[in-house]
Amino acid sequence: MRSHTFHDRANINVEVVVASFSTGERRKRLRGDKRVLEFAATIKATFEPVIRTSLYPRSQIDIYVQVLQQDGSTLQACINATTLALINAGIPMTDFVCAVTGGVHSTSPMLDLTTLEENDIPHVTVAVMPKTKKVVLVTMETRLHVDRFEEILNLARDAGAILHQEMKEAVLSRSASLIAMAEPVTKGQSRADDDVIVD
Amino acid sequence: MVEITIRKRPRSEAVITQRKFFKKTARGKVIKVLRERYLRDDVGCGIHNCRECSEACTPSSSLLPESGAEHSLFPDGHFVLPDTNVFLSQMDLLESSLFRPPIILLQTVVEEVRHRSLPLYNRLKALMAMDDKSIWTFYNEYRSETAVVREENETPNDRNDRGIRKATAWYKEHLQLNNPPVRGKAPRKLPTFVLLTEDAANRQKAEKEGLVSLSVRKYVEGMKDSPQLLDLLASIEADEIEPTRAAGGKQILYSEYLPSATLISGVKAGDLHQGHFNANQYNYLEGSVSVPAFTKPVLLIGRENMNRATSGDIVVVEVFPDSEWKAPADEVVDQDSTLKNDDVESGDEDEAEDDIVTRTESKVTSSEKRSSEKQPTGRVVGVIKRNWRPYVCHIDSTSLTSINSTSLSVQTVFATPVSRLLPRIRLRTRQAPSLIGQKILVSIDRWDVTSRYPEGHFVRALGKVESKEAEQESLLLEFDVPYRPFGKAILDCLPKEGEQWVVPPKSDTSPEWREREDLRSVTICSIDPPGCQDIDDALHARRLPNGNIEAGVHIADVSHFVHADTPMDSEAASRGTTVYLVDKRIDMLPSLLGTNLCSLRPYVERLAFSAIWELTPDADIVNVRFTKSVIASKAAFTYEEAQIRKDDPNQKDDLTEGIRLLNSIAIKLKAKRMAAGALNLASPEVKIHLDSSESSDPIDVEQKELRETNSLVEEFMLLANISVAQKIQETFPQTAVLRRHMPPPKTNFEKLQDILQKRKGLTLDVSSSGSLAASLDKCIDSEEPAFNTLVRIMATRCMLSAEYFCSGSVARDTFGHYGLASPIYTHFTSPIRRYADVLAHRQLAAAIGYSPLHPSLHGKSHVERILDVVNRRHRMAQMASRASVEFYVGLALKGREERNKASGAGAVTEEAFVIRTFRNGLGVFVSSLGIEGLIMFKNDLQQFDAENYTLSIPAPSGPPVTISVFDKVVVRIEVEKDKNTQRGRVKMTLVSPIDSKNM
Ligand SMILES: [Zn+2]
Repeated sequence: MRSHTFHDRANINVEVVVASFSTGERRKRLRGDKRVLEFAATIKATFEPVIRTSLYPRSQIDIYVQVLQQDGSTLQACINATTLALINAGIPMTDFVCAVTGGVHSTSPMLDLTTLEENDIPHVTVAVMPKTKKVVLVTMETRLHVDRFEEILNLARDAGAILHQEMKEAVLSRSASLIAMAEPVTKGQSRADDDVIVD
Repeated sequence: MVEITIRKRPRSEAVITQRKFFKKTARGKVIKVLRERYLRDDVGCGIHNCRECSEACTPSSSLLPESGAEHSLFPDGHFVLPDTNVFLSQMDLLESSLFRPPIILLQTVVEEVRHRSLPLYNRLKALMAMDDKSIWTFYNEYRSETAVVREENETPNDRNDRGIRKATAWYKEHLQLNNPPVRGKAPRKLPTFVLLTEDAANRQKAEKEGLVSLSVRKYVEGMKDSPQLLDLLASIEADEIEPTRAAGGKQILYSEYLPSATLISGVKAGDLHQGHFNANQYNYLEGSVSVPAFTKPVLLIGRENMNRATSGDIVVVEVFPDSEWKAPADEVVDQDSTLKNDDVESGDEDEAEDDIVTRTESKVTSSEKRSSEKQPTGRVVGVIKRNWRPYVCHIDSTSLTSINSTSLSVQTVFATPVSRLLPRIRLRTRQAPSLIGQKILVSIDRWDVTSRYPEGHFVRALGKVESKEAEQESLLLEFDVPYRPFGKAILDCLPKEGEQWVVPPKSDTSPEWREREDLRSVTICSIDPPGCQDIDDALHARRLPNGNIEAGVHIADVSHFVHADTPMDSEAASRGTTVYLVDKRIDMLPSLLGTNLCSLRPYVERLAFSAIWELTPDADIVNVRFTKSVIASKAAFTYEEAQIRKDDPNQKDDLTEGIRLLNSIAIKLKAKRMAAGALNLASPEVKIHLDSSESSDPIDVEQKELRETNSLVEEFMLLANISVAQKIQETFPQTAVLRRHMPPPKTNFEKLQDILQKRKGLTLDVSSSGSLAASLDKCIDSEEPAFNTLVRIMATRCMLSAEYFCSGSVARDTFGHYGLASPIYTHFTSPIRRYADVLAHRQLAAAIGYSPLHPSLHGKSHVERILDVVNRRHRMAQMASRASVEFYVGLALKGREERNKASGAGAVTEEAFVIRTFRNGLGVFVSSLGIEGLIMFKNDLQQFDAENYTLSIPAPSGPPVTISVFDKVVVRIEVEKDKNTQRGRVKMTLVSPIDSKNM
């Protein structure tokens, strides 16, 4: 791992573990599984341009994604969770990354697919940066006609903006509760000490 | 743009919204399945003027009247909510035009119907679409107040019943909430919601919950037209009608079916076999089931072994050990003559029949030399799915106990289906005397182990036997051809100018002219059969300066008028094809399009979709292009006119030269196809001459004549179809609409090969279509020119039928068209009368960038679904046309017979070929009439040599006469009516080489 240090920025390391009980059918995925590695690479590529890595030269940011339960749109959930986790950890980013999976059933476009839907219809996962409206990720493994693709891409981008609102609220309420938690610490020193001892 | 919202559901709601269960796969793995549903509060109740849900109720045209409908029990109006069983068992009642109360159809019910029976589900869907019914589908499973969750220890059935009751209660409350008492006014009397169910326990529960619930019978008895409607009730409620005579002591005739779990596990383990039941049209006591485990179908001999299976049912069979295998009977056994004396009421003793079974069986077992023909034999142990539908029948007059025409007492009678593949149906009716001599529609309700025959109920009368209307309608019903007139919503999709519609003057702004090539000056003409009204193709050809030839095929631009996802489009998709009967055409599209706007009539400007090739003088394609165009045909020829024009050396005009040029190319194209191994197949085709358009009495039958110009048009249509197929497959590799003809399995030809070898010393090489074509060419009998055609007809019957498919659904190497010897093929040239062509047009328009492809045509599963329907309709349409021709051949024969009688010329006689031999009869084919017939010998004097397909018949004087397959005989053809059922049938007897009138 040491070889991956850069003198001008931080290295991002993503590790994905998919629990064998996470899917409907129990299936053991090893750490070296091609699909899991690809998943990790996708997440890494998505966040590399968004995290301000230049602020942390010669260091490493580890992102551990543990999939405990999944029923479709897994990549979308992983990316959104990573965004929130990075914000929660206080790592500076240029923007949120909001991902959503879209698909088309016959003529009606759909969002946020379940496994059942993913198995049946062509689908695409899109990650956007809501402030700049830039698209950081588009990935598709099924066939979709180019006319349909445009429609879904646009819909997914709109959905990204909605998700952004939701995620912002979550961040704000989390921050509020963190601040609320911080207050008693300044008042009663002893309790914090207890924790340390217990730990 | 749609509004995107995030619907978050608290975990506490998961109980209702999530369904989690585990299932075990065949390999023993355990899978956790999680299903979610989205509950909402804006699912509309569908009642007109409802305060709360007027916005949620769309379309507003299908809303139910505010105060329901009248009924003697409910003076303040009512709505009905039928449960699943009502739809499963009483569909005929619900479909009757006399039954029209406002119906609230619950989603729970719709889903359960679909789960239980696909045919009934399809009828339910058709019912929902009917203009004169008021039905509102309420999605109760998605409305938060009415959604129910299966409780522990509750059966799925009970859960659904509870859901239906809950929805009924909700409606009651919903109406009260939205009609609050207004001060100073008398409270409005609210209509009642009536839960219709046959389940007494469910009714009790409903009453306990304060709901109104009735059985269907009770409900119908209170209606205005109750006598007619009561006859439509299915005989399901055995306990509510008086028990039939001696019901208690009934003898068990059939073995019970095994429980479905046993069947499924048996099939999985390979102990039992599943397949479609095929009844034998020559022998009603024999059937067969083709199963994957055996190359030959499993034979079922005798009623007990067929165990209540009817034609087309999916059944499970048990195969007997090898030692009990038998060969199919070589005897014709006719139901009508054998069972003449069966009594309807007791009905279940017929020694005559048992006699035949034992006799046939003993013969089979004794003839050891036929052991090579033995095939797996077994019995039906269960039915997975019934193929029951309403059947066209005749009432057997001898089964009536009272023929007093005023008698309205309930009688049990026999109905004989028109189709020979079905058993007689026993039914109870109050109208028996008035139904004699009529064609009627009968549904089968059940078939108990104690009943020799299935039991059914009367649906409706179609009219007098042999009246054109009744015969026509019964034919359409028998082959499931949708023939209702087009509804308003469909006709609204037509251009509002109607018959006055014309191509607008050429301009850059006109949408009609957008990206269209102006081909109005090109010398285009159409060649069709005489009297053709829906001209969907036209042609042209001209020499190019470089010595090559430009040829064009112009097809009516139907997709300009029929847009995807409109009512007209869905109707066309469900009709699939236009159906041609001798005296009637049932259109796929409204006739304004078919016979006017899309018909490429001469001298008028029409929109077209053109395929234009540059061909070398040797008919090699240099290039091809496709374009939307505007054409003005210069002439509409019949095949005959075009032929005469072409052959007349004095005609030197452009049109004639064009036809000659087309013809010369067509000849070369055909030669190339033949060299590639295309088959020249034959099917018996005859033409019915009608007296006049009003009376439509057939005068005579003649064989269709084929001219050079027929082949000219055919070659260019094939060329267009192949070129289009290549183009759309290239552009849409996943969803292109194509047509293929699979090579027939070699075993299909075994019998024919054997007969040819033994009777004529000829061999048939079936290794490829080319070798088959070559060996068919060699099947010539120098003394009998028609022999070759006969062999071709018989070979055609050994083949599979062509089918439409979606290119992404099958392997690339199975795209080929066997009969045409083309690696790829589609249908493009008749969009007026075939729906697949409409799809091909849309895909081609998208492929050339004319218009974007409709999203639905990007979906493989959607295309597959449409094509499944189209394939089925196509098959049915062919059978309906054939049956229509047969009916008219019968009428023509009758006419000839009468004329012969008047002139004293005696019976009608025709030459015929023997195509099958039986122990007690001959199957013959009369090519001049295009019909097949059966000659039966009543006495048992003939010697049958099954190995050599020969029957030898003792002659009154001299040595016995032998007759074999392929022999030419002369037959006497009579049309006689079955005395009891009035069903007309063609009866044939031999005239030469021996007269079999008294045999
Ligand atoms: Zn309402």
